[in-house]
Amino acid sequence: MLLAVLSGFLLAVLTPAIHRVVGHTVGWVLAILPASLAVYFASLIPLISDGGAVVKEFAWLPGLGVTLGFLVDGLSLVFALLISVIGTFILIFAGAYLRGHPYLGRFFVIMLSFMASMLGLVLSDNLLTLFMFWELTSITSYLLIGFDHEDSNARKCALQGLFVTTAGSLALMAGLILLAVMTGTYSLSGILASSDPLHEHAFYLGAVICVLAGAFTKSAQVPFHFWLPNAMAAPTPVSAYLHSATMVKAGIYLMARLNPALGESMLWSTLLVLFGSVTMVVGAWFAFSSSGIKKVLAYSTVMTLGTLTMLIGVGTELALTAFVCVLVAHSLYKGALFMIAGILDHETGTKDLRRMGGLGKTMPLTALFACLAALSLAGMPPLFGFIAKELMLEALLKASFWSLGLTVAAVVASMLVVGVAGLVAVRPFFSAFLETPKKPHEAPPGMLAGPAFLSVVALVFGLAPYLPETAVLQAAMTSVAGTPVDSYLALWHGVNAPLVLSGLTLVTGITLYRLWPTLQPNLSAVNTAAARIGPEAIYFRFMEGITHIAGWQTRVLQNGVLGHYLLVLVAVTFGLAGFTLVARHEVHLALDLSGSRFYEWGIAALLVAAAVFSSITRSRLGSVASLGVLGFSVALIFILFSAPDLGITQLLVETLTVVLLVLVLFKLPEFVKLSSPLERFRDLAVAIVAGTVMTLLILAGLEVQYFESISAYYSENSAPLAQGRNIVNVILVDFRALDTLGEIFVLALAAIGIHSMLKLKAEDQYKP
Amino acid sequence: MESLMAYVVGILFAAAIYMMLRRSIVKLVIGLILLSNSANLLIFVMAGMTRGAPPLIPDGAQAPLGAVADPLPQALILTAIVIAFGVLAFSVVLIRRAYEIVKTDDLDQMKDTDT
Repeated sequence: MLLAVLSGFLLAVLTPAIHRVVGHTVGWVLAILPASLAVYFASLIPLISDGGAVVKEFAWLPGLGVTLGFLVDGLSLVFALLISVIGTFILIFAGAYLRGHPYLGRFFVIMLSFMASMLGLVLSDNLLTLFMFWELTSITSYLLIGFDHEDSNARKCALQGLFVTTAGSLALMAGLILLAVMTGTYSLSGILASSDPLHEHAFYLGAVICVLAGAFTKSAQVPFHFWLPNAMAAPTPVSAYLHSATMVKAGIYLMARLNPALGESMLWSTLLVLFGSVTMVVGAWFAFSSSGIKKVLAYSTVMTLGTLTMLIGVGTELALTAFVCVLVAHSLYKGALFMIAGILDHETGTKDLRRMGGLGKTMPLTALFACLAALSLAGMPPLFGFIAKELMLEALLKASFWSLGLTVAAVVASMLVVGVAGLVAVRPFFSAFLETPKKPHEAPPGMLAGPAFLSVVALVFGLAPYLPETAVLQAAMTSVAGTPVDSYLALWHGVNAPLVLSGLTLVTGITLYRLWPTLQPNLSAVNTAAARIGPEAIYFRFMEGITHIAGWQTRVLQNGVLGHYLLVLVAVTFGLAGFTLVARHEVHLALDLSGSRFYEWGIAALLVAAAVFSSITRSRLGSVASLGVLGFSVALIFILFSAPDLGITQLLVETLTVVLLVLVLFKLPEFVKLSSPLERFRDLAVAIVAGTVMTLLILAGLEVQYFESISAYYSENSAPLAQGRNIVNVILVDFRALDTLGEIFVLALAAIGIHSMLKLKAEDQYKP
Repeated sequence: MESLMAYVVGILFAAAIYMMLRRSIVKLVIGLILLSNSANLLIFVMAGMTRGAPPLIPDGAQAPLGAVADPLPQALILTAIVIAFGVLAFSVVLIRRAYEIVKTDDLDQMKDTDT
């Protein structure tokens, strides 16, 4: 099981090498992996159809309690089979479609990684690994949609898909964690097996909303549907795979998976039915009013995703049966139709349905499979799509709430979809011949294999529905419902209400198809007008808003004015320090003058006077001179209070400083008043606050001593260990010699810097 | 004496920060000098000020006789004085050079990287 999931990643690593060895047939070679996976999953069918489930656990991060757990029951087996079977044909198809593409190797690397992530997602038993694979599908699909990375539109669409799905998955993570908190386990099988009712839990509302936000964005429900049609910027094999059977179904999978745990509440049903039915109608509408073949198919996928969501929401036994059938039928026909769209695009050079016609003569096989798949899409007998559609209508007619409204919505959507089916299968092949940019001819076998297999399977399933039913579908229904389900799939149910409705949709759909050439431009104009206030417009406005906020914030915070940076730093530092000091510590403004001598008073006064004078004088010389006075006063303090070494050093350095300032500063302009009085007042206020905080800190610090000083060690050991009598010197050159080495290093660096700056002439840099 | 010096150091810090907030680049350097002096004094004051007892060991003794001033802060300040001088020399030359190139001493004018 572990190997089944990880083999995709392993093969992806080897793909560039394989591509180099086998060349153009790489698609066929790589397809061996999903094909063998499909065989492996098929071998699990007997076990699962008897109602069993496989749970395997591998320790992954035992310290964090994260296991790599896998769960195979009916639902995950259906998904795993779809992913591996369709994946097999997609890889073959992609090998032929992208034949000779310079980045073919890279394409297969991402494609295989995506496939492996998707398998991991549907087979995960642990919520955390499920989330990890969920994110992996987002990332790999981003790379796939933006595969044509030199096209700015593809990049934009890929980013849009990524943003929408990852925004949802953030919510999903919160939802999954809430779920784990509610049930006390991260294991899906544990959550599904637990009998505690989650509905009454305080976190139930939050968990449902968060999980659904993730599922709805991933599965392109209104109002997040817009990223899916835009994702058609991807190469067609990607669209065929991601947007028929896999990526967008991840959200559906999650809802179906958690239905037994979170479902059967009013909130869950209402949300799912509401969003699902709106998405269904909106998707069908856009599908019918688009003209690009891939857009048409993409919107019809949106419509199906809505249908699936709605059916989970309805939640009756019949609805869940219909859910599983629609899921399988859709994956089969949509995979086939996308590949046919790829063939048409590849062979004719256009994606526009209005420019294709009469291709049936030159491409008879493609036309045949397109018709089979489209019949399934339209829900006509004897295809599997018919069974699915009949079940759906029956389920809606017998739904426990909103039955009439939902049935009407489904019938309207089905009518439009019948028209869509005509658009993709009848119009390109059987209408009057139209000149296309490329001379069309029949597709190569590699491209035909997928549509052929998938459409024939749809036919076989339609004729003999008991085959898939007994194999996996019944088990899948059981896992969605949480209780055993008895289903009865049959092609012919006799004349009943669903059949009548089917007939109605068929007739209306054909009429709609005939009217399409005249209707489409008008519909498309309506859509363009509506798009200005639609969710996509909101998305773009939101993204622009983020850019604006980022720009504004950068202008405010990173304005390039040193004074502002400094002001903020000083105000924040001293503000916080002062607040903490006043709030946490008693402040004593003590001024004990008893211990001071009169000449010390004099020095203190001199210090203050020099500091103040150097700050307020308008004369550069006066400022530098008062700095000298200040430095010498500091030296006097050092000398008076037992620090002769400091005094000597300070005297030397101060002399040098004054000399340096006099030499350099007088090549600079005179002081002028640059700031306004208000700015000066503001700076003065900040400076006074800072000075006050420093004074308070010193006064507070003088009162406390938290730790024993380490000075005693140096005093005691200076003579015995280091043979020195000046303790300060011994510390510098012996005990802390490495620090002094660092200091010398800093000075040397400064000297090198100064030297190079003086050597370089300013003009040199600007010579052309 | 320490409490008196606490006020002096506070005033020195205020002057230093006020000067560093000026727009003239020369005043920034003056603020820098004031700041390093006040920081040195701060350490010195915090360690406690002792009169007439330098941390020296007389000939023949193995340890200082009686209480002497704390040697450790002095070692720190000695390092700080020298480093501050290095930084000062570097920054003075740097602003001189900046002035040569951008022809202004107003910091608010020096906010583009591609002057």
